[in-house]
Amino acid sequence: MVKLMTTPFMFPRISRTGLIVLCLVLAACARRQPPVAQPAPPPAAPAPVTAAPPPPRPPERVEEAVPVPAGPLREDTIAGVSLDDLNRNSPFKPVLFTLDSADLDDAGRAVASANAGLLRKYATWVITVEGHCDERGTAEYNLALGERRAVAVRTYLVSLGIAPDRIRTVSYGREFPFDPGHDERAWAQTRRAHFVITSK
Amino acid sequence: MRSFAAVIALVLVAGLQAASQDPAAPPPPQQPSEVAVVISGDPGTPPRYAVPDFVSLTPDAGDAARTVAQVLWDDLAFERELYLIPRDTYATVPVARSPDQVPFTAWRELGADAVVFGTVARNAGTLRIQVRLFNVRTRESVFSKEYTGADTNPRLYAHTISDEVHQQQRALRGVARTKLAYSSDRNRERIVGSVENRDVKEIYMSDYDGANVRRITTSRQLNLTPVWAPDARAIAYTSYRRGYPDLFIALIYQGVQQEPTTAGTQNWLPMFSPDGTRIVFTSSREGNPELYIMNRDGSGLRRLTNHPAIDTTPTWSPTGTQIAFTSDRAGQPQIYIIGADGLNLRRLTTAESYADRPTWSPAPFNEIAFAARTGPGYDVKIYDLATGMTRQITFGEGSNESPAYSPNGRHLAFASTRTGRTQIFTIGRDGRGLRQVTRDGNNYTPAWSN
Repeated sequence: MVKLMTTPFMFPRISRTGLIVLCLVLAACARRQPPVAQPAPPPAAPAPVTAAPPPPRPPERVEEAVPVPAGPLREDTIAGVSLDDLNRNSPFKPVLFTLDSADLDDAGRAVASANAGLLRKYATWVITVEGHCDERGTAEYNLALGERRAVAVRTYLVSLGIAPDRIRTVSYGREFPFDPGHDERAWAQTRRAHFVITSK
Repeated sequence: MRSFAAVIALVLVAGLQAASQDPAAPPPPQQPSEVAVVISGDPGTPPRYAVPDFVSLTPDAGDAARTVAQVLWDDLAFERELYLIPRDTYATVPVARSPDQVPFTAWRELGADAVVFGTVARNAGTLRIQVRLFNVRTRESVFSKEYTGADTNPRLYAHTISDEVHQQQRALRGVARTKLAYSSDRNRERIVGSVENRDVKEIYMSDYDGANVRRITTSRQLNLTPVWAPDARAIAYTSYRRGYPDLFIALIYQGVQQEPTTAGTQNWLPMFSPDGTRIVFTSSREGNPELYIMNRDGSGLRRLTNHPAIDTTPTWSPTGTQIAFTSDRAGQPQIYIIGADGLNLRRLTTAESYADRPTWSPAPFNEIAFAARTGPGYDVKIYDLATGMTRQITFGEGSNESPAYSPNGRHLAFASTRTGRTQIFTIGRDGRGLRQVTRDGNNYTPAWSN
């Protein structure tokens, strides 16, 4: 886009000093013009103040706007984050379980549905659903219980239309408690299907 | 020094003497053929043994001489077949420098029925250890042997002597040369990955008493549930080194790792068959935790259980014909037995709210130990297959899990939180003789080698 810059029309009330400046400018402009043959000018008449010639056009300024890359859409802020940062502050909420159970309750299904929404939005994401158990089960049985929890969530996600090959499962049994405490509040946090994004 | 042949000759002589005994005489306390070799205590009590420091025959063998004596004392005490007189009470007994100086009168005054006399010589990286066991009453040497080998681990000489003394004196297979394997977070490394604060667990092994710790895995991942091959030269375990649980076999004296399972399938909790040719394990390869049996090289895979509930934590019977395992098909985890052919399923535990990690005793015992929920934590219980009775051997001191039998069936290793963190302990199958094996980090899921 090219803009033509114009100078405001100069009006009659012009000081003496201004007139002199104007004459000097005119003279300078005249000097810059290539010499061309022309009739001798008529004798100079006192220039009427009101009939001052319009000022010459100032030089055209040539400008081009610099294109700016499109800013991220608001809900896409997480798309630009590294996998590690994403998982550290995950958009996925964990699906929590009751003691010794691998069944999704209403709250668990609600969380899983919300997570399925994220998976639909970020259709290239591949996730691992980790099954975790609290320390009240045995080390051995918990490996299987965690597997059941992860698979239960995977099955539910698939029932919501998420492609099975986007959801891996792994059980960590009771090996990685999310809360190191030894009370029901801590255990409730640890009994979960934890979502980890493994590729974007 | 009396040679080993002479000891055998002594046994023969004793047998002849026993055969010609007056039938009216009271029966000897042990088998007649061993009357002259086996050292007895006072009637109704175990023989009392003294194990003073071995004599150092070279200037630099003093440490080894003390170590061998102390470890031998511990080893002989472990089976609780013998009474070991505390070593700090020997000060009144003159020190013998040679076998013919053993002060039998002083040992008798201390109440000893048996005394060990040993010497240690160290020469160019080699130990030469001679040992005799004397009957204090008869002043006869009933056991006399000489050992030689590297000087790097004097404890091994003590373990060897202990096993041979138990065999000769009590017709008992000792466990002094056996090993324990377990999973431990002791190196305090963290797993590299997206989720922070996850501790590495690696497989370690040690002597049965906790000495000579060796690290088996170095994958900086979760490595769990080690078990020994019957030849004690391989450890199978569960590792997450591929990002999911899978089985690996470490040939520990060759530095070789084997992966017997099909890539991409999730498998855990392996257990070698008693003959070492097969492995039973848990797998979710068909969508649900079930038991499978395969040959040790991964061939011949066969599914053992088929139930929508969890089937896991298998263990073999000593004959290899049955598998005990955990299933929650009745709601909560309980112990079941199934034939290795998949037939004849039956439930074992009925009075427990939660039971897991069955481990089948070696013969001659016929019992299955397991962890039972007894409150906030677990205790080790033993189900007697002959009577159907269950007895408890730990009682709520911390949580006590993952029992594993010693190869002679007389002891169990287990993981307990009784001292705060989780550590490996050993205990007699009668619930007595508790010993702490590990003290570093947390340690889990012990396995006891042959």
